[in-house]
Amino acid sequence: MIEVRNLTKRFGATVALQDVSFDVARGEVLGLLGPNGAGKTTAMRIIACYFPPNAGSVRVGGLDTQKDSVAVRQRIGYLPESAPLYHDMGVMDYLGFVGRIRGLREPELGRSAREMVGVCGLQRMAHRTIGTLSKGYRQRVGLAQTLIHDPEVLILDEPTSGLDPNQIVEIRDLIKQIGREKTVVLSTHILPEVEATCSRVLIINEGTIVASGTPAELASQSPGEARVFLTVKGTPEGVEPVLRRSGIATDIRLVDTDDGRVRYAIGSAEEEPEEKLFHLAVQNGWTLTELQRESLSLEEVFTRLTTRESVTP
Amino acid sequence: MSNVFTIAGKEFRSYFNSTIAYIFMVVFLVLTSLLFFELQKFFVIGQATLRDFFGLVPIIFLFFVPAISMRMWAEERKLGTLEMLMTLPVRDWEVVVGKFLASFFFLLLTLALTFLLPVMVTALGHPDPGAIIGGYLGLILLGGTYLAIGLWVSSLTENQIVAFIIAAVACLILFIIGVDIFLTAVPRWLVPFLKGIALGSHFNSIERGVIDLRDVIYYFSIIGFFLFLNVRSVEARRGA
Repeated sequence: MIEVRNLTKRFGATVALQDVSFDVARGEVLGLLGPNGAGKTTAMRIIACYFPPNAGSVRVGGLDTQKDSVAVRQRIGYLPESAPLYHDMGVMDYLGFVGRIRGLREPELGRSAREMVGVCGLQRMAHRTIGTLSKGYRQRVGLAQTLIHDPEVLILDEPTSGLDPNQIVEIRDLIKQIGREKTVVLSTHILPEVEATCSRVLIINEGTIVASGTPAELASQSPGEARVFLTVKGTPEGVEPVLRRSGIATDIRLVDTDDGRVRYAIGSAEEEPEEKLFHLAVQNGWTLTELQRESLSLEEVFTRLTTRESVTP
Repeated sequence: MSNVFTIAGKEFRSYFNSTIAYIFMVVFLVLTSLLFFELQKFFVIGQATLRDFFGLVPIIFLFFVPAISMRMWAEERKLGTLEMLMTLPVRDWEVVVGKFLASFFFLLLTLALTFLLPVMVTALGHPDPGAIIGGYLGLILLGGTYLAIGLWVSSLTENQIVAFIIAAVACLILFIIGVDIFLTAVPRWLVPFLKGIALGSHFNSIERGVIDLRDVIYYFSIIGFFLFLNVRSVEARRGA
């Protein structure tokens, strides 16, 4: 649905995006993840036709964003960061304006506007002036505005920023629901959000893609050696010497002892440390109660990728 | 084309969403009437003519018109709504023309509210209707030109006050280089050139009731030129 090819964008001497390419399929929710200033917003602005790239191209539904800019914009619903809206307009007034520009006419215009007010939970606010609404409700108006013409593609720049925890959950559910039929690209620097809403993630840092995959893939393909948690019935004096002699572990740390059990965090360079540890337990007649490879959270992956990158020039 | 009217309608209504529109109108009407009756002593002179009024309004327009146009783009940039607006499926020129039309209708509405003056003058004596129609036409064209300039200036900054001041100064310069007092002070060979580009000199002949097609074309081309600059500056904004 969206094809991004070799995108480069410079602002004066700063390079915001450097040769970025990716695809987004229909029905996919793609999360752009990265620290502040990584180039997420720039990428989304280029896709939404706010400004053209210095090099490279973007195609949305087969149409080029530079040659068929207006046609592309018609297919996209775009929510800029912090949902800038006309504060002096009423909610329905604003939705009517955007819908009209999007080519809707009465009676669909009114129907669609009312539907969006329902979908985004704005019923009680429909006749208020936007300027008097709280941040969360403004964000919803922004979201309603992106959906009014039933676009194929949604571009949402930090859709949950500034919302309270309940609202965040609601908006995430809404995005998930929308994402079943539509193509969604959203940016965030909140990691649980990605795990909760996105089917695929791109981690961007300093204008380049440093990782991509499903949240689970990213967590498992993280670099470094594996760590395994092992809990057996026994005492440290009985278990630890055996572990050391086996040569499986490069690093053994006692995490916990209680109820006659010992829990170790074991660092290993082996390909399949779980298997080796299982056999070791069987040979020694230990009662195994836990054997689990530690999975890195997305947070840790993110920190590793983005800080390592920024060290190298 | 329908996008132009959608934008014009939205912009026009947004004048009235705040009290600013009403304040502008009242200030304009009070100021023009006050100066016309008090400073220019309409009743003391005892002539049924609006010549003085038509001489006065271009000067008041220098402050009034930039105040109408100053927020048009500057506020969009400041609030960030420009990003929302320019990613809607509209062409840049449609937005520019829409905004121009909205402020132009606002100007027309304000001018229409001075209708009591010609009514009063006609009731008191026998004014030249040609001069009155010509005077209003001249004001409309001149105001439209000020607006096009002000709108362009507004697109260059995100500060409304800066937009106002620069637009007022730019309009003042373009107006004043056609004024007789100024023209006597410059080298003789420059005079025809300055008269050609000055906003004021074209206004004088229309105001006398002489509607010359060349003057009308002059105003339309200046308006077109600044609207074109406006489209370009909006395009350039996208590049950055």
